Amino acid sequence: MLQCSNKNLLEVSYILSLKNLILSRDGKKILRGVNLEVGDREIHSIIGANGAGKSTLAYTLMGLQGYEHEEGSIIFDGEDVAVLSITERAKKGITLAWQEPARFEGLKVRDYLAIGAKGNGGITEEEIKEALRKVDLKPEKYLDREVGEALSGGERKRIELASIITMKPKLAILDEPDSGIDVVSLKEIVSLIRALKENGSSVLVITHREEIAAASDKASLMCEGSILRSGDPLEISEFFKNRCIPCDNRVSPPKVV
Amino acid sequence: MTQITLNALSREAEGITAAYTAAGGDTAVLHDHGISSLVISGNKVLSANATEGIVLEKKETEHGVDIKLTIKKGSKIPLPVHLCFGVVPKDGLQEINMDFVAEEDSAVELIAHCTFPNAEKVIHKMDAEMLIGKNASLKYTETHFHGSHGGIQVIPKAHIKIEEGGSYYTNFSLLSGRVGYLEFDYSVDAEKDSICEMVTKVYGKADDMIKILEKISLNGENARSVIKSRLAITDNAISEFRGITEGHAPRARGHVDCMEVIQGNAKAEAVPIVRVDNPLAKVTHEAAIGCVDKKEVETLMARGLEEDEAIDIIVKGMLA
Repeated sequence: MLQCSNKNLLEVSYILSLKNLILSRDGKKILRGVNLEVGDREIHSIIGANGAGKSTLAYTLMGLQGYEHEEGSIIFDGEDVAVLSITERAKKGITLAWQEPARFEGLKVRDYLAIGAKGNGGITEEEIKEALRKVDLKPEKYLDREVGEALSGGERKRIELASIITMKPKLAILDEPDSGIDVVSLKEIVSLIRALKENGSSVLVITHREEIAAASDKASLMCEGSILRSGDPLEISEFFKNRCIPCDNRVSPPKVV
Repeated sequence: MTQITLNALSREAEGITAAYTAAGGDTAVLHDHGISSLVISGNKVLSANATEGIVLEKKETEHGVDIKLTIKKGSKIPLPVHLCFGVVPKDGLQEINMDFVAEEDSAVELIAHCTFPNAEKVIHKMDAEMLIGKNASLKYTETHFHGSHGGIQVIPKAHIKIEEGGSYYTNFSLLSGRVGYLEFDYSVDAEKDSICEMVTKVYGKADDMIKILEKISLNGENARSVIKSRLAITDNAISEFRGITEGHAPRARGHVDCMEVIQGNAKAEAVPIVRVDNPLAKVTHEAAIGCVDKKEVETLMARGLEEDEAIDIIVKGMLA
């Protein structure tokens, strides 16, 4: 830890530590004091009902416009990144894969995958091909296609994940990487998430899928804009499935049986 | 035709070939006698070479050159014909009058580079009459390079007639340097079973003015066309786009597609116009003007790019 002498030593054992994160949009509190810790090289799932604030949390961590939190702290790799821009956070090693990836007209897949690797001193053609193979896309078929071309939702999702692989971030935030992907491919997504971890990344996964939660090291249940509980992924998943009643009234506190 | 070989030692040839390279051209093709080419600087023909199946006539005029280019009947020209038009000095007037004929069953690709690297007071006018004969094919790519001063007026005007079964593909791009003033006016008459695709891509900056008028009349049965325009403007640039497609015959199919990205104080206007007077014809259109997509910008920023770099990549992708 001596090499981290300029950082907050209390926080450095976690790659990400959120303290009382509060965010409002249009006068409504969406994040109501989120506390969360993600360990180094940990796969951490965030599960919860629609509207629980999971995607909002992901966007807030990435620092997207319109998702600036008003209270709390975001400690990443021992430093508070709350005031940093998206680019600065990305350069620190945070990145985000959107649930619905952006379309880029005219941008070839090979160029898109190379962008994330710029901060790591560039990338070879073979490394780009390898990233495509890891997401089960044939390089010869996809390298020269446009990201904005008429690709299926699953193909676009895989290309998005390949761009995370080439970037080699310290923390990859994946917002529902399973949406738009068939059940058979779900196993590949799980193995890809594990590959990201083996590659040195911590992974924060927003998901509804038990299969992905089960493959995590740790899971947290999010409800009404706060983390209800964290722990063993199977227990959290089981709790969410059988004992957590979705709230009808968003203002009221979470109802737990 | 008398063959004129490019004299690499002449100052004028040196200037225009350097400008040709800046515009993205490969000067080796201008020296290769196996490839048809024509180099015009101001009103001077610096080189001309026509291979088998091509008749190239040219005449220097007071302010430019009259050109007649004919692709003989049945000739499929294997390699593209390279054209280089330019004005190297900072001022000048260049008027190109082009009479192009692709005779029946012929096929050719023309690649033109128009380069005005030092333009401060330059006017480049082109007036073209093009005939694509029965079952003939022309692919025409025109790339402009205007330098950084913006003191240029480019006024290309063309009328293209595509006869039965003919096809015409054109791609006009002006992405490097300043646009200056552009008044682009192309009209097409498309006959039975013909195909026409017109693509324009322009990147306007500072106080550039861009006017694009493209009109396709689908006169023949089963004629098909696409007008595709991609414009990006920033600073105080202004763009006006008119894309007109008329369906006059049964099973004629046309589409007008304009997408514009604006930044800064730029102003854009896009008007797709469709006119149909045959109940079996169908013409569709779409037009969109907006700023650069926020999610695209944020995605690239989340990969470590600065906002300006991200916007640049997105705009260049759209114009690619």
